[in-house]
Amino acid sequence: MITLQEIKKSFLVSLWFMFLTFPIMVIKVNTIEQTIEWRWWWMAAVGLGAFVLSFFWRIAIARKEAGKKKAEVSGEEKIALIPRLMSNPRFYIPGLVATVALVVIFPFVFSMYQTNILITALIYVVVGLGLNIVVGLAGLLDLGYVAFYAVGAYSYALLNYHFGVTFWMALPIGALLAFLFGIMLGFPVLRLRGDYLAIVTLGFGEIIRLVLENWNAFSFGPSGIANIPKPGLFGLKLSLQQSSIFIYFVMIGLALMTIFVVRRLQDSRIGRAWIALREDEVACQAMGIDKTRTKLSAFAMGATWAGMGGVVFAAKTTFINPTSFTIWESVIILCVVVLGGMGSILGVIIGALVLILLPEYLRAFSEYRMLVFGALLVMMMVFRPGGIVSGVRRIYKFEGLQNKVDS
Amino acid sequence: MDYFLELFLGGLTRGSIYALIALGYTMVYGIIELINFAHGEIYMIGAFTGLIVISVLTMLGWNSIAIIVLAALIAMLYSAAYGFTIEKIAYKPLRGSQRLSALISAIGMSLFLQNYVLLAQTSNFLPYPNLVPTWDFLQPYEHIVRSTEMVIYIATALVMVLLTYLIKFTRMGKAMRAVAQDRDMSMLVGVDVNRVISFTFIIGSSIAALGGVLVASHIGQVNFYVGFIVGIKAFVAAVLGGIGSMPGAVLGSLVLGWTESFFTGYISSDYEDVFAFLFLVLILIFRPAGLLGRSDTDKV
Repeated sequence: MITLQEIKKSFLVSLWFMFLTFPIMVIKVNTIEQTIEWRWWWMAAVGLGAFVLSFFWRIAIARKEAGKKKAEVSGEEKIALIPRLMSNPRFYIPGLVATVALVVIFPFVFSMYQTNILITALIYVVVGLGLNIVVGLAGLLDLGYVAFYAVGAYSYALLNYHFGVTFWMALPIGALLAFLFGIMLGFPVLRLRGDYLAIVTLGFGEIIRLVLENWNAFSFGPSGIANIPKPGLFGLKLSLQQSSIFIYFVMIGLALMTIFVVRRLQDSRIGRAWIALREDEVACQAMGIDKTRTKLSAFAMGATWAGMGGVVFAAKTTFINPTSFTIWESVIILCVVVLGGMGSILGVIIGALVLILLPEYLRAFSEYRMLVFGALLVMMMVFRPGGIVSGVRRIYKFEGLQNKVDS
Repeated sequence: MDYFLELFLGGLTRGSIYALIALGYTMVYGIIELINFAHGEIYMIGAFTGLIVISVLTMLGWNSIAIIVLAALIAMLYSAAYGFTIEKIAYKPLRGSQRLSALISAIGMSLFLQNYVLLAQTSNFLPYPNLVPTWDFLQPYEHIVRSTEMVIYIATALVMVLLTYLIKFTRMGKAMRAVAQDRDMSMLVGVDVNRVISFTFIIGSSIAALGGVLVASHIGQVNFYVGFIVGIKAFVAAVLGGIGSMPGAVLGSLVLGWTESFFTGYISSDYEDVFAFLFLVLILIFRPAGLLGRSDTDKV
């Protein structure tokens, strides 16, 4: 199996990586004491690691290529494991029951720490599903999505600070404000396409963050706003743990509502218009779809969910400042959508859980976790470019027609 | 007037810095339509490699001009090697799949490289020695333009001239233009597309490394995160000029540099970036394909 040639190849790869990592990994200079630390054993580790990994890499790439060829020959697309299980009632119903049971008992069984992580993940589920409308369905690359999240969070924090607005009132107000901001951003960018759109949305996100950071009189600048109240339950006094559990269930409810609405939207007239817009703008206009309205509605609908997510985020952390809304946040949300599988609801949910829970549980690797995380993102995309659950395109088969042609 | 000149030259410095990085962005984009998020990290690795070479050679007691030249060359060599490797690992297997997948792969790569330098070196800001010699004839203008800035202008101009020559008049340049226009067609006429793409990454990365060493000497410090912010700015500049167009990248960078510089100088430094982005949005509203970009119409 392992031929001499393969060994030679891997040997060259390992030499290359040893060369590549030499200055950064081996030499460590202390400029103050004027000493150099040589870490030769790191070089040995890199060489050995590259040697072994290159075998796996080649095997994996070869398997991926073979799979692609097979699909081309047989002409049918293999449906991934998870959607296949989902469509089978024998697995689907027990799976659903188990998930519901786990969701309900989770905060009572696991610690508050775990519950809090899961709340964060659920916020990302909601926000990710919102972005999925913009990126996955309408095909508009939005790199400034976090701006709407910030709008939601700040609208709750500021309204509460000035007027004592409660969480339950702030939730629709935050959503509405984000909706309006979505339209506001949508108008100027209607003519832009592809990466120009991406960069303008990125700019918009940064503008919002920088204004929040600098306009002290309005947003209290970098020091942020503290003591944001957690959501109340009919005026009951909740302990810290109880209120965590309460937010958890609020978030579950919100997530369920999001899933329901997004699902209905997907199959509605406007949802199909979004998909048509993604596939071909010109053809879509030729079919009589109003491009302006469709694009604006995608932006506005996407932004609404981010606004709601932002309100819950502010209520959960009880403290917000502009550093929570940097471009990295937009990037993470985009990763949720693409890693999970664009256009697929289940994919986005799994993507959010993986992306938020993974770095938390990778804490065992402590400082190496972001390194591992970056490498995993690359590997994931290389070996499964469609995401964990790729959205299944609905295909209409005209069987009757086929028979007529044949006979 | 003096103040105006100072701001003008400050803007020119910024613009030249952005241009050195934006060129790499725009070259890669022109050929494989990928926003190479890891490009900023290549720049940072260039700066770090340069710092390491400088420190080692300083301890060996070399002459400072020899050190800076050698450091820049080694940094360029290593960054080119990194660019080449990254393309092979993270982008090549993704050719032909959705564009967003490649973007996420690039983001992952960026995260990986940042943390790689963070772990292997340090998370602190390291002081960066300025070894560019002070020129005597610039002495009277010291308060307006420093010799490091002069070196940055000259290097940028030189890079632009060389690149224009490379693209316009060499065989490889012709192949690059062909691949940018139509990859399948150029394959049919016998262009080795893989080689052209690798070459593009190598050139773009080494320019970024040159920028990294010069900028770090100018600013005087470096850490693992510097690439990200500058990378975003350079990307904005590339888009402003019309992504995929090289003169556009330079023009966009200069416009962005001057905008920032004049705005900071005359109005307020707090809202510098806000203004830069607003300016970008305004330009893109009136010229949706950037300053020098071609707007292609869809053929049905």
